[in-house]
Amino acid sequence: MTTSSTLPSTPSQTVGPYLHIGLTWQDGPFVVPEGTPSAVWIRGRVIDGAGEPITDALVETWQCDEHGRFAHPEDPRSAEIGSGFRGFGRSDTRSGDYGILTVIPGRVPDRSGVLQAPHVDLSVFARGMLHRVVTRAYFADRPEANAADPVLSTVPDDRRQTLLARPSTDGYTFDVHVQGERETVFFDV
Amino acid sequence: MSARHQRTLALPAYRPDPDGTHPPLDSPDYRSTALRHPLRQPLTLPQSATEITGPVLGEGRIGERDNDLTVQHPGEPVGQRIVVHGRVLDGDGRAVPNSLVEIWQANAGGRYRHDADVWPSPLDPNFDGAGRTLTDEHGRYEFTTIKPGAYPWKNHHNAWRPAHIHFSLFGRSLTQRLVTQMYFPDDPLFDQDPIFNSVPEAARNRLVSRFDMNRTTDHWALGFEFDIVLRGREATPFEDDDHDH
Ligand SMILES: [Fe+3]
Repeated sequence: MTTSSTLPSTPSQTVGPYLHIGLTWQDGPFVVPEGTPSAVWIRGRVIDGAGEPITDALVETWQCDEHGRFAHPEDPRSAEIGSGFRGFGRSDTRSGDYGILTVIPGRVPDRSGVLQAPHVDLSVFARGMLHRVVTRAYFADRPEANAADPVLSTVPDDRRQTLLARPSTDGYTFDVHVQGERETVFFDV
Repeated sequence: MSARHQRTLALPAYRPDPDGTHPPLDSPDYRSTALRHPLRQPLTLPQSATEITGPVLGEGRIGERDNDLTVQHPGEPVGQRIVVHGRVLDGDGRAVPNSLVEIWQANAGGRYRHDADVWPSPLDPNFDGAGRTLTDEHGRYEFTTIKPGAYPWKNHHNAWRPAHIHFSLFGRSLTQRLVTQMYFPDDPLFDQDPIFNSVPEAARNRLVSRFDMNRTTDHWALGFEFDIVLRGREATPFEDDDHDH
């Protein structure tokens, strides 16, 4: 296939301070329905370069289900997914934290077939951010899978812990440091 | 094919946007970027199944009146009625069908229905400023709304945002997710707006809608056309290890 002409992409702009009008959903946090037996909360703050929580940010998450299936037509196994699994979560940070209710995703192979560790992709939007930033949350209590993960292995040792969600009372904590000494590793996707 | 390929999906890849497409996260004229931009370079994430899939939303999420922001209350909102329409395309000109489009905006006086917006311009009891719709099979969308007003902010002395409508697009994959703003032609406030001007100059006009006489309706509404382009796919789908990157 040849591409005769390509159209340039529309540029990104900030969500601005009033993002909640358009982007907040009542059911946003529920990647899985409430009451799902294996559900966990992933919560965290989005923190700026002065160490202050950003309270006008939006966090969106995307992941596969516990068996590695994506709720997406290009996944040949998507039809097997139980109803109620959306794979997508969305939460603003007005309360100080974002929070999504989800399950620990299964392991899916990368492009060359190497199994990745369980991970959730996060996009962070905010006033003062002209483009989203993208990161991944891995699970700190899966050290063996993490040690073999082809993406984590590309991250310098001293920054790898910024990608680990830590066990908490009702699930995991994953803070995103947008800037600074503890700056989260972000990815170009 | 070795056994470890068994569960590999046929993964398309999305082309990166060239430099000069998006505003830099560090844009000092827009002061709020100072503490909100990463200081380190992002790492490259080879697109795996997680990135080339993404939320496909809309089913059951769109109400009957969600694409007409002028009929969501008993009375009509004040302001210039407009129809904003266009297509959502990918970088190869292909339509992005059945895809969620979300918008939000200020009212005709430039005031948002939001706790944090307290400048002295009146709220309109008949206007919330939120809309959503799905693109059709040709990637088309359409909203009826009122033209938003300009509004002041505190970035610098006498700073005013040009009239704009916020747009949120999902496309078909995480890689295509985009939040942007649509502007109106020939706005005299462009020159002093650091958010509009954060976009590299050659790309700015992609954010400006086109006045559309064909979609302007006699004694009813002005038409504006705004096409949105999301990233296209690499020409050759990656099928084997040789093409890994
Ligand atoms: Fe705005």
